[in-house]
Amino acid sequence: MSPYVFFPLAATIIAFALGVVLNRHPIRSALCLAVTLFLLAVVFVFLDAHLVAALQIIVYAGAILVLFLFVIMLLNLEADVPLKRRRNMTLAASTVGVIFAAATLRPLFFGAGELPGIGLEAPVDAAFGSAEAIGHRLFTHFVLPFEITSVLLLVAVLGAVVLAKKRMG
Amino acid sequence: MLIDVTIIVIKVLAVIGLVMPLAGILGWIERKGSALIHDRVGANRASILGFSGAGLVNTMVADPIKFITKEDIIPRGADRLLHTLAPCINLLPVLIAFAVLPFGDVLIVGDREINLQVAPLGVGVMYLLAMMSLGVYGVVLGGWASNNRWALLGGIRGSAQMISYELPMGLAIVSMILTYNTLDLQEMARAQGELLWGWLPAWGILYQPVAFVIFLIAGIAESKRIPFDLPESESELISGYFTEYSGVKHLMFFMTDFVEVIIVSGMITTLFFGGWQVPYLSATGFEFPGDTAIALPHLLVVVLQIAAFTIKTVFFCWFQIMIRWTVPRFRYDQLMQLGWLGLLPLGFVNIIATALMILATQD
Amino acid sequence: MVPATYFIALSVILFVIGAVGFLVRRNLIVMFMSIELMLNAANLAFVTFARQQLNLDGQVIVFFVMTVAAAEVAVGLAIIIALFRHRETLNADEVRMLRW
Repeated sequence: MSPYVFFPLAATIIAFALGVVLNRHPIRSALCLAVTLFLLAVVFVFLDAHLVAALQIIVYAGAILVLFLFVIMLLNLEADVPLKRRRNMTLAASTVGVIFAAATLRPLFFGAGELPGIGLEAPVDAAFGSAEAIGHRLFTHFVLPFEITSVLLLVAVLGAVVLAKKRMG
Repeated sequence: MLIDVTIIVIKVLAVIGLVMPLAGILGWIERKGSALIHDRVGANRASILGFSGAGLVNTMVADPIKFITKEDIIPRGADRLLHTLAPCINLLPVLIAFAVLPFGDVLIVGDREINLQVAPLGVGVMYLLAMMSLGVYGVVLGGWASNNRWALLGGIRGSAQMISYELPMGLAIVSMILTYNTLDLQEMARAQGELLWGWLPAWGILYQPVAFVIFLIAGIAESKRIPFDLPESESELISGYFTEYSGVKHLMFFMTDFVEVIIVSGMITTLFFGGWQVPYLSATGFEFPGDTAIALPHLLVVVLQIAAFTIKTVFFCWFQIMIRWTVPRFRYDQLMQLGWLGLLPLGFVNIIATALMILATQD
Repeated sequence: MVPATYFIALSVILFVIGAVGFLVRRNLIVMFMSIELMLNAANLAFVTFARQQLNLDGQVIVFFVMTVAAAEVAVGLAIIIALFRHRETLNADEVRMLRW
């Protein structure tokens, strides 16, 4: 991925991610999150993960976030308490966050040098990231986690129904 | 390099240039069609030098001028930014969804092969689903940003309806993926060029009639038209999520409706009715069963394919419009019941049956 | 060409934004969205490593992360709706009957 594409894209992603946290109204936060996830799908395409990119949009942007918007509108939420009134917490959390980011980023750029592996420039065959390849991996090597995931989804469906249902009688 | 870019630009312009006027013409079909069904005259006032074109001048010239020159009203207390963004967010994903619909086979000019599809994506069907699922944002935002209770109710109804009907639509598409064994729409269209028993074109509907019914119903529900127009039902919610829109923004919501009808028709054509395939037409000409063959020049074959795709798509647009003027609106609980208790289990059963059939017939 | 390090750096930054958002905001839904942000930062790292090692396992893991996120959102939002019905608030500071 050329730096002329990467840096503007990354800057936009970070700006919208900040928008999720800094916007006072939940609807605006949700929209910023939607844009962030959409742009991340674009990054996935550049990383040869076509199926994952499509799934990212269908599952995250198309289903999960719409559910968020739906609940926000259903509950008719008002704007949140401004961050200024919670100055101590904001300061403390930001400091911890910056320290964590610095501690993680420092070895990335000044420590061990390049990450192990072939690197992003290595050529890939067309099957990499396709539905066939991922499906094959999913149904051979990861078949047990896959089945467990289906049970998890079933439990989640039941849980959601039980929780959201009005008590009868 | 330059030539490649030029070809892509021409393809994009051709698709947009076909879809947008078609959306306008659908508006005309809708008005005149409803007038025919209601036994009245319909739009006939506007004319240029006495030429009214059976109402075409009304919908194609007078209506846009009226929309563009109207005052753009943003209600007090509304979220100005989102109120303006919502119509654009509504229209954009539907328009870019056309990128993966194949409207013809390859066109060979000199030594260059041009794939008649704007974006040949390996995950084409998934891309279509993704773009359809983004369409809900415009509805939700338009409803919320208007600061109007009816609009909000319309937005909530719209989001619930569109999430609910995306599932059966996805299931119908999964059974088509199983049938064709590919995610690429161009490959799917090509696979439908084969003949069953030597004479019957192997269109998707022959393999998957149940999936077709599910897809058609879910598609109409996705484009929020009668009998599924609960988000904008005018007898309850004025105009639903776009109650507070006027001028060009209203026109954009209006256009989105028709563009959605076109994309659903295009998907039905590609998945179930052979896409650009003309029965018995191969790359070199007609090859009828019984060894009669008529050779045709390459360019004519391509033109026939594009014409076939357009005609099929327009037919299904007309079909959806006829449904709109024939069937009354559902109640909201009926809508949800049909989606969750009718189409969804049916879709699952259909997928399992398809998988079993494939398992039984493969060696 | 941008090396993989930059993608990982982007992932770290997104994760930190999500984590700080979770700590700073008190609206339960926004806190929830911050969690989604963190999950996506992890997804980005997985996809980057998958491409960098030419190993599809990274992309398969993203698939699992998405499933878990979907399940989590379904249950979480149901809890939020139930909570709102009882308490008429979504402020995490006001919901503390089980807190010592």
